[in-house]
Amino acid sequence: MIQLSNINKTFNKGFATENNAINNVSINIHSKEFVVIVGSNGSGKSTLLNCIAGGILTDSGKIIFNETIDVTNLKDFQRTKWVSRIFQNPLIGTAPDLSILDNFRLAAIRTKPKNISVGINQAFIQKVKESLSILNMGLENKIHQPVGSLSGGQRQAITLLMSVFDQSSILLLDEPTAALDPKSAQIVMETANKLINQLQLTAMLVTHNLKEATTFGNRIIQMHLGKIVKDLKNDEKQNLNVSDIFQWFQ
Amino acid sequence: MDFFITAIILGLCLSVMGLGIFMSMKIFNIPDITTDGSYTLGAVVTAFLLLNNVSLFIIIPIVLFSGAIAGCITAFIHTKFKIDALLAGILTMTALYSINLIILGRSNQPLINTQNIFEFQFFQNQIFNSLTIILIIIILLASILSYILKTDFGIAMRATGNNAQMVRALGVDDDKMKIFGLAIANSLTAFAGFLVAQYQFFADINMGIGIVITGLGSVLIADAFQKLFKLHSIIWQILMVIVSSILFQFVLAFTLSLGINPNLLKLITAVFVLFIVGITRFRKIA
Repeated sequence: MIQLSNINKTFNKGFATENNAINNVSINIHSKEFVVIVGSNGSGKSTLLNCIAGGILTDSGKIIFNETIDVTNLKDFQRTKWVSRIFQNPLIGTAPDLSILDNFRLAAIRTKPKNISVGINQAFIQKVKESLSILNMGLENKIHQPVGSLSGGQRQAITLLMSVFDQSSILLLDEPTAALDPKSAQIVMETANKLINQLQLTAMLVTHNLKEATTFGNRIIQMHLGKIVKDLKNDEKQNLNVSDIFQWFQ
Repeated sequence: MDFFITAIILGLCLSVMGLGIFMSMKIFNIPDITTDGSYTLGAVVTAFLLLNNVSLFIIIPIVLFSGAIAGCITAFIHTKFKIDALLAGILTMTALYSINLIILGRSNQPLINTQNIFEFQFFQNQIFNSLTIILIIIILLASILSYILKTDFGIAMRATGNNAQMVRALGVDDDKMKIFGLAIANSLTAFAGFLVAQYQFFADINMGIGIVITGLGSVLIADAFQKLFKLHSIIWQILMVIVSSILFQFVLAFTLSLGINPNLLKLITAVFVLFIVGITRFRKIA
């Protein structure tokens, strides 16, 4: 599903602050795999996700989606046909002054052209309400409220539902729960897991939460200094516990 | 009485520019001051074409297009050269001064025996006739604008000004959106120049100087009303901009009618805007 071959990314090339964030990384992520990425700060996890999403264009190497589609030179908004993202900052995934409904509308046409026609109708409103009801946050009765009036946890949960509101095949989660309280974090991660399984998505989750790292996903990689240093498949991952992963950081 | 109706008509003419500033400032969150240049551009293009006996129905699209080009240039400088929007606007505005002068050929051009959009006859009374015409135009514009902002494309526009990172993640080229947005904003501004030039029967190279304040003022007042009365829907926001623009001209007309020294007009304008905007801030604290 996602093939990275020999990708490199260096920030501030030629300056004293030169930072080789991604160092010749190659990895092949299969369809329906749910890859958890761990690693210390600055190890290149978020940059890797950003390279896949297109927010950062790589210096060299190739990125292939779906075995055949070369997306190496496509920008982020051109890759949204395949990729949807959840950011660490819960405020980034939604537009605060727009209503919940408007936010969902935009998400519903992520892979489609934005036409000059009104797309919000009764059927659409019903669909949004149904989607929101799985969160049990009572948001289905607030669809006309601006998203900015909601809490970070609610906004992140909405971002998550929005990310799968249009067809998607790749879901990238960059520390989605880092800024949330434990309860919201649980709702977001469990909903994410449910959606990934239900919709058979290929997913990547960057996390510092080792409990999340052991609970979710069917493959785990560790990054260090821009390289992938550990890569365990499902059977090996099953046997990992929090302290095992903690050891990797020593 | 006529005095105030004149203020209303002028307010309505300038509210078209207010809507342009509403688009750039509120929808796209870009402080665009190309306005001074594109307003005059609309007026001088109108004057030039009127003097060459071009039909009004052809002039209107040309005026809209000329404003759109001005907006595109500012947005292009802003997005592609990564130059601050204010500076990009100043650059375009400065360049436009020369362009406007070339188009107009002189610094002031009377438009006496030319066609005039305000001379389509509905009523005998000239002033009510003008009022009707401008009302039709404004209702038309406001309806089109509020419809567009409700469409999928409009939601994408609103989201671009609100959270650019999010719209990119949802498959929107935010740079292209901003170029499009400033094009719409400045074509509206140019259209205001088109209206005012005909309403005043002249185009002047300096008519745009400081006009951006009038538009900003109406958007700020509208913003204050919106917060005061908690009106969040798009149609209300648009209506508020129009009402504020009229209010703005009203205050100016009222001030003049009191016989106050016209030199103080700008000072009173500034104090008035500050007063209205200040009210909402005080309420928030209390």
